[in-house]
Amino acid sequence: MNSTKTKSFEVLTKDLACKIDTIINNFGSNSTRLVGILLDIQDIIPKQYIPREVATYVSEKMNIPLSKVYDVISFYGALCDIPRADYVIQLCDSVVCKVTGNSFLQDTITTLLGIKENESTSDGKYWIESTPCFGACDISPAMRINGKVYGHLTTSESVKAVLDKYNEGSVMV
Amino acid sequence: MTKTVSFITENFDKYDPNSIDSYLNINGFTAVRKAITTLSSGEIINIAKSATIKGRGGAAYDTGRKWGQAAAVQGDNKVVICNADEGEPCTFKDRSILSKDPFRLIEGMIIAGYTVGAQNGYIYLREEYRHLKSLIKNAIKETMEKGFLGKNILGTNFSFHIHLHSGAGAYVCGEGSTLIESIEGKSGRPRIKPPYIKECGLFQLPTLVNNVETLAAVTAFIQNGTDDYIKYGTKLSPGTKIISLAGNVNKPGTYEIPFGITLREIIYDIGGGVVDNNKLKLCQLGGASGTIGSDSILDTPYTYEDLEKVGLIVGSGGILVVDDRTRVIDFVKSIQDFFIHESCGKCTPCREGNRQIAKIIDRFVQGTSGVNDLDTAERFANIMKNCSFCGLGETAQNVLLSAIKIFPDEFKRLEAVGK
Ligand SMILES: Cc1cc2nc3c(=O)[nH]c(=O)nc-3n(C[C@H](O)[C@H](O)[C@H](O)COP(=O)(O)O)c2cc1C
Ligand code: SF4
Ligand code: FES
Repeated sequence: MNSTKTKSFEVLTKDLACKIDTIINNFGSNSTRLVGILLDIQDIIPKQYIPREVATYVSEKMNIPLSKVYDVISFYGALCDIPRADYVIQLCDSVVCKVTGNSFLQDTITTLLGIKENESTSDGKYWIESTPCFGACDISPAMRINGKVYGHLTTSESVKAVLDKYNEGSVMV
Repeated sequence: MTKTVSFITENFDKYDPNSIDSYLNINGFTAVRKAITTLSSGEIINIAKSATIKGRGGAAYDTGRKWGQAAAVQGDNKVVICNADEGEPCTFKDRSILSKDPFRLIEGMIIAGYTVGAQNGYIYLREEYRHLKSLIKNAIKETMEKGFLGKNILGTNFSFHIHLHSGAGAYVCGEGSTLIESIEGKSGRPRIKPPYIKECGLFQLPTLVNNVETLAAVTAFIQNGTDDYIKYGTKLSPGTKIISLAGNVNKPGTYEIPFGITLREIIYDIGGGVVDNNKLKLCQLGGASGTIGSDSILDTPYTYEDLEKVGLIVGSGGILVVDDRTRVIDFVKSIQDFFIHESCGKCTPCREGNRQIAKIIDRFVQGTSGVNDLDTAERFANIMKNCSFCGLGETAQNVLLSAIKIFPDEFKRLEAVGK
């Protein structure tokens, strides 16, 4: 039911605009800081993405053409222009995780959550995507949840134990 | 007997990386103090030259020489960039330095700035290491508070500031000019050279780009002298290297090793051997852009010169061990998927070459390849190698080309299936 909320056209509330202004000001409203600004903005938007209204707002506020803002958003893997979820689960699909058994991890996560890659659960809580190596190869196979790294995920118990932390709400964003 | 050494990594786990006081207790900042109060730029360059250290980001360019060139460029406003993008799969040694010894890196940047005459330093930290951001920010802040950063450091007329910039998930941004584009707030596509970034880099200023490990190593040279460093290694590859060992090996991790020990010693003695005593199928050195070798290379000493003889590289220092549960073709596919994802699309050989080669590899994986497929893939791979705009496209096919050379039967067998 929550998922309808993400489609709301009122993404850019006054409160959010205010927070975005603060972020832009923290970077001195400097156009060379666009990548960092967008990353920080994405962090505070529910469902972790940059909605079109926000991209437009940033473009006007910083006097950067919208096309340039989208050049950056569409280029970088860490920026996303479609709504994801409260918790973004990134499964590493690079070579070290592959040879140490990430297909088991992929299967386990997708079965446990009942969603496929690039999908969110109906309550809007989890989103799964695959991602290139994030430098946790020494504890592969590995995944990230909202940037936090978990490794050695070779048994269903270990995968469940990580998810349980989020289900119980014991991990804060 | 342990075969690892500790020179560049000597501070690991010796102090609290969140506290400059704790770092000062283990002789922290003696290198910066020594450099900027007693040494000239030329003397520091000579120290780097005497260590004969080659850049640790992958390209292995002589660091002393690079610093000499950077210092010689005219200009009173220059930039030093620390490349902490570490995007090469099977490479995480910079993460270890950043998280366990951030102050040694900061010292290295200050020393680099002093040596080449720069006022500003930038750390370009990959987004994937965002959990290290607050640690590094704090290290910069505390260094500033103690007066090792900022205006007139230690009462000299040398001033230097460090800024932290975040990447946003693009491997190609590890390439020097692309990294600069990214710091300037743009999408990451490499620049044409010339002009070279040493003359015209970030914000059009003369720019020196160095890897995390390279900068940390220079701090160690200034602090401890180079004799204790060059006593390790071989004549042509003196010293030590920090490696990222991973894959189907019992003890994956970051290790500092002396150059000259064999891959067998690295994988079996340091790494505890292949998991479940499986048979080693192949290793890949230097990350996804590196070549592969079969078990016949195990007795090769890990040096620039010996690895080159068997078609391997040191590169970023990644050592990936793969056992015989993985098919060569599936391994190649995994690397190919990575490069398709990471190609920036600026030049045709890499953008289209990767795509066409992927189609052929997929046919091999599915057992539906045709008679000319292997030749075509090899031809395209060579075009990419020779004609791509940047290092990504030039090296993306190292895996395929070396796999065809080393495991021809694996491809032949699959070819037969398709007929
Ligand atoms: C596609 C590509 C990615 C690269 N990624 C990195 C990286 O993540 N870290 C790094 O230090 N060097 C990387 N490099 C090498 C840099 O271009 C550069 O040579 C290096 O940072 C210079 O520092 P060094 O001389 O200390 O090695 C990359 C090069 C290419 C072509
Ligand atoms: S080689 Fe690949 S990554 Fe480099 S410029 Fe060409 S398309 Fe971009
Ligand atoms: S390959 Fe998965 S974290 Fe590096």
